[in-house]
Amino acid sequence: MINLPLLPILIPLLSAVLLMFFPKRIKVQRIISMAGIAGTIIAAIVLTAEVKANGIQTLNLGDWPAPYGITLVSDMLSVLLVLTSSILTFFIVWYAIIYLDDAYERYFFYTGVMFLLTGINGAFTTGDIFNLFVFFEVFLIASYLLIVLGGKKGQLRESIKYLLINVISSALFVTAVAYLYSVVGTLNMADVSQRIDELGSPGIITVIAIFFLIVFGLKGAIFPLYFWLPGSYSAPPIPILALFGALLTKVGVYSIMRTYTLFFYHDQGYTHQILAVLALLSIVVGVIGAIAYRNVKTIIIYNIVIAVGVILYGVSAMTPAALEGAVFYLLHDMVIKAALFLLIGIMIAIAGASHLNQMGGMIRDYPRIGWTYFVAALALAGIPPLSGFVGKLLIVQGGFETGDMVGPLLVLLSSLMVLYSAMKIFMNGFWGTPKEYHGEKAHLANRLWVPAAALVLIAIAYGVGSEAVYPFIQMAVEPLIDPAVYIEAVLKE
Amino acid sequence: MEILMSIVVGILFMSAVYLILSKSLLRIIIGTGLLSHGAHLLLLTMSGLKTGAAPVLTDGVESYTDPLPQALVLTAIVISFGVTAFFLVLAYRTYQELGTDNMEEMKGNDSND
Repeated sequence: MINLPLLPILIPLLSAVLLMFFPKRIKVQRIISMAGIAGTIIAAIVLTAEVKANGIQTLNLGDWPAPYGITLVSDMLSVLLVLTSSILTFFIVWYAIIYLDDAYERYFFYTGVMFLLTGINGAFTTGDIFNLFVFFEVFLIASYLLIVLGGKKGQLRESIKYLLINVISSALFVTAVAYLYSVVGTLNMADVSQRIDELGSPGIITVIAIFFLIVFGLKGAIFPLYFWLPGSYSAPPIPILALFGALLTKVGVYSIMRTYTLFFYHDQGYTHQILAVLALLSIVVGVIGAIAYRNVKTIIIYNIVIAVGVILYGVSAMTPAALEGAVFYLLHDMVIKAALFLLIGIMIAIAGASHLNQMGGMIRDYPRIGWTYFVAALALAGIPPLSGFVGKLLIVQGGFETGDMVGPLLVLLSSLMVLYSAMKIFMNGFWGTPKEYHGEKAHLANRLWVPAAALVLIAIAYGVGSEAVYPFIQMAVEPLIDPAVYIEAVLKE
Repeated sequence: MEILMSIVVGILFMSAVYLILSKSLLRIIIGTGLLSHGAHLLLLTMSGLKTGAAPVLTDGVESYTDPLPQALVLTAIVISFGVTAFFLVLAYRTYQELGTDNMEEMKGNDSND
């Protein structure tokens, strides 16, 4: 099966097309989308096993040799991300089936989700810089649909801002690709890397590196380009917020990771230093936001900014340990963010409001939800047996190895603040005196708990079984440390 | 020729930034239109504007212009068409619902959501 790398893109695409034929038949919609995602997961698992056994898989579309056609490259990093995003989408869609009103489901919600998954899987798998832009647009346009679906006033208002930011960053992406093309004259990522290496390091490459940092930073919400995120993400309903929070910013993070290890590794004193400073500042502003607010949605949304900062700090250190930590933490963060959004979604469904002042004492009626949230919050902060620990440990270790003292200490301090912000929700929402709740969806709480608990279970397994996951992570980091591995796999002839 | 085009692209970017920073929603959308024009022209310019035949295989023609950026621009054009159409409809819906096209007035709070 040489077409294996294509399947995680093709299956959601075909099911999205199929879903457009019967928008009003909700049962059919649910079955096709769940089956499509399950198929994607199976394909991703098979692909992971294949990459583990036989190394990086490449597929030249249309049989054109590598630098001339579009190449899909599945190295371990991209298959792990494809697998994680497919699994997350599965549980989030399961949650959405229970949570969303019929009106959403009739107006192409599932089609939007499947196109979103197509774009994300494509962006993780592609080996061509312009094709990356196209896949970015695929999932962005799907996300425009999802963010505005429902058409409430707040959604319309925030969608305009979200759309504007992404239109601007897409235009900047095209500009950055134009500059890169004029310098190296190729678009295939492996070929670009090789030619940049041949050029040595002219100043223009550093300029382009910063340009790409701005473009992907806008998508991935790093300081000072994160300003659109808190407003836009609080607009859509919870399942859509969970999809966005877990997946969208992480594609930006992945792209920074890829370009900064494959293209722009020559002038590290400048580019990676800037990346490190911005990552640390992202952690600081994220922490300030997470502590300042008492709205459960906003608290978790600011935690996204913190996590992006932590991962990118790991990338900027560029030591094997820090990169392993960054990959470890990236996968952990996708799972745990999705789980947390789903759990606070249940709290909002019970209380009928998202402010902590209107919650309290939920542990009495909903003990299962309370303790699941407790475990998820500990995992988010990185308490040892749980999943956040190993990633942060490796990032901190890698940071100290480079001789940096401030960065690792900030990362450690941020864990404390993350724990405080997550426990603030637990102590105010689940403990304390019970309040009057007005949630219209409170009766769904126990059914909604199942997919959320499944995600927390995956996070626990990921943390406890990190010994088993470690060989995969080690393999994922290989092409990041040594671009020659990647280049050789793509341009083998 | 490239110098001239670069200056033109610069002017397009300048106008786009100015329009995007204004208060009226329609002016912002016009700004994004100019921004994508600028980006597309830049993509064509940066690949070199050397003279040559149009990239269609013909007998007896020695040199062609670079076909790759033209394909990229074509892709980018349809994408920005799609997004702009969506943006315009969104602006129309927002005007109907919120009754304003002034970005300064599009602030939400807990009671007015």
